Amino acid sequence: MSATSSTIVNLPDQTTATLPKRNYINAEDGMLSWLLTGDHKRIAILYLISITFFFFIGGAFAGLIRLELLTPQPDLVASDTYNKLFSMHGIVMIFLFLVPSVPATIGNFVLPIMIGAKDLAFPKINLLSWYLYWIGGLFTLAALVLGGVDTGWTFTTPLSTHYLNTHVVTAGLGVFIIGFSSIFTGLNFIVTIHRMRAPGMTWFRLPLFVWSNYAASILMVLGTPVLAITLVLVVLERTIGIGVFDPTKGGDPLLFQHLFWFYSHPAVYIMILPGMGVISEVISTFSRKRVFGYTAVAFSSVAIALFAFFVWAHHMFIMGVSNYSALVFSLLTMLVAVPSAIKVFNWSFTMQKGSVTFETPMLYAFGFLGLFTIGGMTGVFLGSLGMDIHLTETYFIVAHFHFVMVGGMLMAFLAGIHFWWPKMTGRMYPESLSKLAAVTTFIGFNLTFLPQFVLGYLGMPRRYHAYPPEFQVLNVLSTAGATVLGVGYLLPLLYLGWSLKYGAIAGNNPWQATGLEWQIQSPPLTENFIETPVVDYEAYDYEWLANKTQNEVTTVG
Amino acid sequence: MDNATTVVAMQPPAAVDEHEHVSLPQHRHHFETEEQQREAGTFGMWLFLLTEIMFFGGLFFSYLLYRNWYNPAFVAASNQLSIPLGTANTAVLITSGFFMALAVWAAEMKKKSLLVLFLVLTTLFGVVFLGVKYFEYKEKWEKHHIPGEHFDISEFVNPPRDVKTGKLVEEPLPPDMAQKTQVFFSLYFAMTGMHALHMIIGVGLLLWLIPRSQRGDFTAGYVAPIENFALYWHFVDIVWIFLFPLLYLINRHPV
Ligand code: HEM
Ligand SMILES: [Cu+2]
Repeated sequence: MSATSSTIVNLPDQTTATLPKRNYINAEDGMLSWLLTGDHKRIAILYLISITFFFFIGGAFAGLIRLELLTPQPDLVASDTYNKLFSMHGIVMIFLFLVPSVPATIGNFVLPIMIGAKDLAFPKINLLSWYLYWIGGLFTLAALVLGGVDTGWTFTTPLSTHYLNTHVVTAGLGVFIIGFSSIFTGLNFIVTIHRMRAPGMTWFRLPLFVWSNYAASILMVLGTPVLAITLVLVVLERTIGIGVFDPTKGGDPLLFQHLFWFYSHPAVYIMILPGMGVISEVISTFSRKRVFGYTAVAFSSVAIALFAFFVWAHHMFIMGVSNYSALVFSLLTMLVAVPSAIKVFNWSFTMQKGSVTFETPMLYAFGFLGLFTIGGMTGVFLGSLGMDIHLTETYFIVAHFHFVMVGGMLMAFLAGIHFWWPKMTGRMYPESLSKLAAVTTFIGFNLTFLPQFVLGYLGMPRRYHAYPPEFQVLNVLSTAGATVLGVGYLLPLLYLGWSLKYGAIAGNNPWQATGLEWQIQSPPLTENFIETPVVDYEAYDYEWLANKTQNEVTTVG
Repeated sequence: MDNATTVVAMQPPAAVDEHEHVSLPQHRHHFETEEQQREAGTFGMWLFLLTEIMFFGGLFFSYLLYRNWYNPAFVAASNQLSIPLGTANTAVLITSGFFMALAVWAAEMKKKSLLVLFLVLTTLFGVVFLGVKYFEYKEKWEKHHIPGEHFDISEFVNPPRDVKTGKLVEEPLPPDMAQKTQVFFSLYFAMTGMHALHMIIGVGLLLWLIPRSQRGDFTAGYVAPIENFALYWHFVDIVWIFLFPLLYLINRHPV
């Protein structure tokens, strides 16, 4: 079973290997045992199924949007339907997919194991947060079925409170409830990381995935309540007519913007930080090196979290904030780029000094690096005042945030799913198909969103369902790309599903990685560890791993 | 719920943990020690209160902003609130907080009947607070001080005269400033309403804690739920301690 030079995959002998007889999946039988579970790993699986469901709903909206934009004429849907399409697309993708994606699925599954804990600190609250996710999700779907919302995902007042006669209240309540799901996840993570680490697992031995989720959790806990109260005020303004944002009563719509973006800018980092954690794990594993500048990468997560709270007004440059404050916010925005850049540089150094192999998770991680870098650099354009006034509310901004959130976050999510899939299910997926999917996604993504930078630069505004004919070529390219991208997203659904039954047995540690989660059986036991592990090595210490003998691995037969 | 079956199989049968003392029934399997469990619970509660601070923070931020902009309207509208009722309610709430603190003490001292008594008193004073709030809201309703269609600014534009001296009770406000009193009342209802909602949730929790205390759940050494609830209740008190001067006593501050 020796690894070839181009790969480190190390699978057990397939003729004799079987899944462990006892594991968290077969620990108890029946739907109910899943719906009432307190096991963080089962909750992770519940989340994974749920967010996949919502991802494809959001994706269907994206498909319709792109179909409408195939031709300059408004021919597929009416303008108000179009407004509802992009609003629901945004709401579903942000609140029901991106925010919970990595923390609630991968984080829930591996974070407690990574620090040597038997579970998160509050298993019942963890389950509660999944139910809140679904209650909020059903509200959002109800808003859709009842006739939709057309405020965009930003619920901007006074549009949302006075002028639009759609289901803002239902959708707002939905997002409010989903917010609590995210608050509880963050709270659970913070307490768990502080209080449940195994002996020897010091702060600077934590895997970087834990650090980045820790930073994201701080943002969830501090930011989300502000969004919650803002939505409460919107709902109260619509229903009983209080006037906090209503200019006819002396209220100020700009205040809504301040409160909303105070959450929603940091929310971008709630989405991206956990993804960055995934990338650190993947790059380190497939370069067989400790992440270069471990401490810098760890602290840069926390720095991003803190800075994130001071730049919100860069979303408001054209909304009437004073020149002076716009200038200050522009400068502060540039500062956030620094910790992100630190990460990118350190990942690059890690690879440069390591022996790199190209398994599927690594391909996705490369995709992340490329796309996130483009997304991040165009963010600097947008952060500079003069440029922003030209580019904002055009397709440039659409391209920018899709590069960061879809190119960055979604790539990281897929990298993580492919990385930990053997641990979650005990099985491997077909390698050639998964590599094909990674490449397809990358090509499809660029074809979809690169033309949008040009479109935006040329002046095509966002949120319009018709456009001048000279923009058509680029729009056709973009729609074609979206189709390729759609295939790229469907492929993993198919072969990962297939692997559940037919995939090769993965063994405990197919990637020969160092994290604690790789030292226990796959799929793990309900209680993760038979004995609480004692950690006496640094994170990503590959020499330690090489010296470790096979029988030290904690399994039960 | 916590996969009890598998866990039992992993633990020594006598439910004795590694530290050789008998676990309480409330000890959850995934904590190494009860100490760890208790610390995690308290820490979690503090974090939750931090989210509450951010939640109310949005309202306080709005309040400070508008109060700066529309100071005369805020002062005039604030004078429509009843300082005696507000003061009485402050006293009521502090008293209930005091009983809650005693309840924690009783739980720690393992005095079951005292614990129940103090929890009941806490509840009673909480309910009195909500009752007074009801009358205050009702008065606002009758005076047309609820923002919206029926809002009436005439009293701020043409303030009534004192019956004896014939002097104006209040400086008259120009109509556009008088409009801004709606913002004050919007915030008044949003902030006190949110606060009242927290009280209602608190009373609901108390009604769940009382029968459990009667069963003796918290007087055998496991006091975490009482302690954590007390943190919540004190937090709600503290929010009021900020709301009361900000909303009721603006006028005492020289304009
Ligand atoms: C399959 C690929 C996707 C395509 C083709 C696509 C297409 C679009 C388009 C054309 C818009 C702009 C609508 C407008 O402003 O006129 C949009 C908006 C948006 N998209 Fe996507 N999208 C895709 C995937 C995603 C994903 C995966 C996410 C998040 C995970 C996402 C998040 C958003 C958000 C937040 C908005 C803003 C909505 C708003 O303006 O209110 N998109 N998308
Ligand atoms: Cu931002």
